Order: sequence, then structure tokens, then C-alpha cells
Amino acid sequence: MNEREKIVKRVAQELEDGMVVNLGIGMPTMVGNFIPEDMRIILQSENGMLGMGELADESNSDCNIVNAGSKHVTANIGACFFDSATSFGIIRGGHVDLTVLGALQVDSSGSLASHIIPKKMVPGMGGAMDLVTGSKRVIIAMTHTAKNGAPKILESITLPATAISKVDMIVTELAVIEVTPKGLLLIEISEDTTVEQVLQKTEAPLVVSSGLKTF
Amino acid sequence: MKRMTAEQAAGKIEDGMTVMIGGFMSCGTPEILMDALVEKGVKDLTVISNDTGTPDTGICKLVAAGAVKKLIASHIGLTPLTGQLMSEGKLDVTLVPQGTLAERIRAGGAGLGGVLTPTGLGTDVAIGKEIVSIDGREYLLEKPLRADVALLRGSIVDEDGNIFYRGTTRNFNPLMATAADLVIAAAEEIVPLGGIQGENIVTPGIFVDYIVEGEPA
Repeated sequence: MNEREKIVKRVAQELEDGMVVNLGIGMPTMVGNFIPEDMRIILQSENGMLGMGELADESNSDCNIVNAGSKHVTANIGACFFDSATSFGIIRGGHVDLTVLGALQVDSSGSLASHIIPKKMVPGMGGAMDLVTGSKRVIIAMTHTAKNGAPKILESITLPATAISKVDMIVTELAVIEVTPKGLLLIEISEDTTVEQVLQKTEAPLVVSSGLKTF
Repeated sequence: MKRMTAEQAAGKIEDGMTVMIGGFMSCGTPEILMDALVEKGVKDLTVISNDTGTPDTGICKLVAAGAVKKLIASHIGLTPLTGQLMSEGKLDVTLVPQGTLAERIRAGGAGLGGVLTPTGLGTDVAIGKEIVSIDGREYLLEKPLRADVALLRGSIVDEDGNIFYRGTTRNFNPLMATAADLVIAAAEEIVPLGGIQGENIVTPGIFVDYIVEGEPA
């Protein structure tokens, strides 16, 4: 199992029957592949859809139905479509139970940076700021460190903030971390690693849970 | 009474105008109107849209043709050209959170003086904006957006300009229909009055000034 699959499978364990969930572009989208068969999850796509199905192929592709990453998707039975104001009313108004997205940096207070590296990567925030501001629960799914090994879980983010104190949980290939009012709580580590290794790759102070588990 | 060709539609758009364009990464963007604007060689537009499409489709055609001077959008990540022109200082880009963009356009069309949103508090988006406290919670005051022209894409449009949108082509189109002085809708299919059941009409025809036939499916 590669890193990304490990991360999204662990995130999928946070799903509960009946939840309305928004999955960000990229790795978070893969969480949709691990929804338990006996569970009904209603996927929201911010371009204006509830009840989004799987990525479409040639047999079931409809040029009028795409996800927020511009990929053709299927619509589940009972799916509905709406305009962008309604879509973000759903998001900002607290009607999305869970949003899963990636991040460049997350910090001890649950603030995150995900939408810009000044002068290098300026794609725009798209729907990310509204999603993390309005969703009932926010999980960050990301690799524990940057490609060059630099820590991404910091005491304070250094890149421009996408939102302040909105993250509830961080899931990486090495650890599951809860954001609490007292800071970051390490609740699970990968069976392939040690607490020492996780602490070494995390700049932010971590409190190790007394009930630490492995995943 | 409301029909015109794409070429005639482009004729309504003058250099320097502010133009809202519907669509989400080109899904729901009126491609025939993009092509007609490129053909006309219009310049110095201020474009208000969610994004600039994809490298080969939608609003990126206008960007590539040098027709856009200023852009107000939420995301340009799928079109590297837009980012490149932005970093070279050739395109003035203002990035707005997507939900805020939608509400600012809605406010512009609904006669509202703005909207109060928690999105962007504590971030660069809040710089220079008024923070308003309502019942102990803070919000950013975001001002309305309007345009000279809105260019929409409808799946089925009747002769009065009533619009039905298929799937996710709806996105910003119904909002922009309300927020511009002149509204032009490119139609995949035009039907007689009564051809769309009233309950399925999303954009009432009173918002629409002109219909252009021939938008590809």
C-alpha cells in the first residue's frame, strides 16, 4: 500500500452513515474509493452538485456533469444540481458534515495554508476558504513532510493562511493528530514508524495520547 | 425578437468593458461567444468569472488572445498561461474566495449593498475590508459586483429567454444573469414558449436580453 492509499483509507474511517462530505481535488478525492458498502455518504461538489458518483468512463460520461476538478463524474440516483450561491450556502451555512482537503502547512492552532506560495504557486483559493470556514468538521489529508523533507506540521504556519483555527484532524502516512484547544494530540501512529520518528518530523509540539494506537 | 448571431453579440462588447462569463472550468461557458470575441479582437476587458477555463477551452481563449486586462476570479490553477501573465505583470488578477464571488455577484443583481461573510477572516482576503460584528460574531463586508455585460450558457432556452441548465453547467450562470446591464445567453437548443415547464425554468427570461443559437453540446 502506498503512502497516499494509507492516508485516504485512514481518513475513510472517519466517515459516518448519512454524512454530507466534500472531498478536495487530488488525494482527498480518493477517499471516495473507500466508502464502506453499507454506508450512504452524500458527496457534495462545490461546482453545484449533491449525490456525486464515481469518475465517469466512456460508457457513462455526460459532458454536462463534472466535478470541481473538471473531471467527468456520474450522478447517483437522487443527485441534484444547483447554482454556486446555493452550493456555497450549503458549505458556508454549516450543512456539510465533513470536508477533507490537502494542505501545504498546518499549525498547532489548527490554522492551515493550502492555496498559495507567494511568487511560486498562485492557483487561487477556489472554494477552499469557504469549505474550511463553514464545514462542521475539517480533516487535512497530506504527506507528513514536504518532498524535500521540510516539516509541514508547524507551531505557526509561515505561508499565507487559508483559514484560522479551523482544522480538526490531520491524517498523514505516519500519524493521526487531533487539534485540541491545548495544541496537537498524537492519537495514532503508523505501524511502520515510531513516536520518536513522528516527533522528529513534526516541528509543532505534540502531546502523545495515553491511549496511543497504531494504524 | 431576442435572437442574434454570435458575431452580433460580440459587436455589443466594446474594448474596456466589464464582462461576467458563466462556467466552471468551461463547463457552462458559452464557447461560441468566446470564439466570437477572439475573432472580433476585443481588448482591455475586465472579466469576472470563477476561473479561466482550461488551456484549450473557455475564457483561456480570451486570455491567450490578449483580450483581458483585469480578471476577478477564484481559481486559475488549470490555466498556467493566466498565472504566467499575472506574474509578468501583464494581467491584473484579483483572487476571491469562490463562495464570496458567488455572493458578491448575487448581491450585485439583487439590489444589496454587500454581504457579510466569515470566509477570509484573518487571511490576506480581509486586508483593507471592514469587519462587522453581528451578535458577537465577526464578518467581512464584501461589496457587490456588477458588469456591463454577462455572457451565459443555457442548455435549453425558450423564445423569451427562459433558461434550463443541464447538470453542473448551471454554476455562476443564473447569478450573473441578474447582475449585468446587458445579458446574452448562448443556447444549446432553442424551443418555443412552453417548451420548458415553468417549474424547470431556473433563469427567468426577463433577465435575458439576447439569445444566440448554436452553442455546441
